[in-house]
Amino acid sequence: MISLFKSMWQVFLHAFRKRATIQYPEHKDYLPPRWRGRIILSRDPDGRERCVACYLCAAACPVDCISLQATEDRQGRRYPSFFRINFSRCIFCGYCEEACPTDAIQLTPDFEMCEYDRQNLVYEKEDLLISGPGKYHDYNFYRVAGVAIGGKDKGGAQEEERPTDPLELAP
Amino acid sequence: MYSAVISLITIFGVIIAALSVSAGLIWLERRLLALWQDRYGPNRVGPFGLLQVLADMIKILSKEDWVPPFADAAVFVVAPAAIIVPVLLTFAIITYAPGIAVADLNIGLLFFLAMSSLAVYGVVLAGWASDSKYSLLGSMRAAAQMLSYEVFMSLSLMGVVMLAGSFDLKNIVEAQKGLWYVVPQFSGMLIFLTAGIAETRRLPFDLPEAEGELVAGFHAEYSGMKFALFFVEEYLGITLISVLICVLFFGGWQGPLLPPLAWLAIKTLFFICFFILLRATFPRPRYDQLMSFGWKVMLPLALLNLVVTGGIVLATR
Repeated sequence: MISLFKSMWQVFLHAFRKRATIQYPEHKDYLPPRWRGRIILSRDPDGRERCVACYLCAAACPVDCISLQATEDRQGRRYPSFFRINFSRCIFCGYCEEACPTDAIQLTPDFEMCEYDRQNLVYEKEDLLISGPGKYHDYNFYRVAGVAIGGKDKGGAQEEERPTDPLELAP
Repeated sequence: MYSAVISLITIFGVIIAALSVSAGLIWLERRLLALWQDRYGPNRVGPFGLLQVLADMIKILSKEDWVPPFADAAVFVVAPAAIIVPVLLTFAIITYAPGIAVADLNIGLLFFLAMSSLAVYGVVLAGWASDSKYSLLGSMRAAAQMLSYEVFMSLSLMGVVMLAGSFDLKNIVEAQKGLWYVVPQFSGMLIFLTAGIAETRRLPFDLPEAEGELVAGFHAEYSGMKFALFFVEEYLGITLISVLICVLFFGGWQGPLLPPLAWLAIKTLFFICFFILLRATFPRPRYDQLMSFGWKVMLPLALLNLVVTGGIVLATR
């Protein structure tokens, strides 16, 4: 009987505690840099698209919300002719970011993407591309990768030696 | 003519006051529960979220008024009315301040007990007409719970009746001029409070609608305004029991300085908040615990209270 009143008193004292609620539109909570929110496509430090249209993100995506089409420019750089993410399907799992070999696709700390029209949640490449390098400031895929493109032959990448000519070793 | 106008004003005043208080309780309960759970509660619509009541009303009025095809349509429609009318009728016999009462019944307390018995019909009919197993289980529980808690509710009030020598609520309040009955009838107050919670089917005694096990109990099949009537009835019940506790045990309108109505309102509000604190604190007991608590603890206590009070009254007269 006494304990009943004790617990009532304890509950009453909660009236003077700090509130757990964050009053959202006025006060916004801190979102850590690794927060998995709206997906973007980043550019390399030269300002060119990082995406090489390898389809790994589309393959990794558990809800199949990414679709793209690979193509190649005159220099031999692969890039997506279109890149589409359906955010009404996306579950923000971050697998696409994990799968991406060129750090092109990244998740950002932004979740405020409500729309009245469902169709507006389908983001095209223009909506996804940002002008900067995102989380990885210095990474430039074509500068470190061995693949040859126009203006950079095999062996032209950073810390890459010239390819060995097997005929040179011939007796 | 003049008295007829006065009584008409009183009647509509009481009805409007009771209904608006019970509507306001929707907001108050949510805010207070939030307060005791370290939250804010509804605070967006209007000042302090007060217009939340209005928003809820608009929402519930615009809902589809749906009668399930398997339900007994006539009884299904009548049941919400049958549950709310007895409670509203009981507000008629309460003397809110000297001269402010709809009906100055000399058997007011008996009328209240009769009406609280009638309220069982609404619950039982609602559960029965719904033709759904959870509704039926809920209404069976409600019937058993309300009947057994009524027994000692009326017994606990007999101590007050003996001390005041009257069933008239006006006389009972006037008899508390020197000393509120909460002092000589403390156990009676506790028993009445417990029974009152059970009668209004409030937590911790809300087994008839225990949402964890019975979906929503007797009103599981109801929607729209018919559901709202059950809701309003619950809040009317809280208001009624709070007013009655004040009138029977805490001196009704009596108090210094402030006008009588203000005193009754303050005391009532205190007990309404107490009811909500009870809800915030206690978990629901098991059904057999509820029944055995009623019959094995509260009933003997009420009888003991009756005998001791009777003896003392007899000895001092």
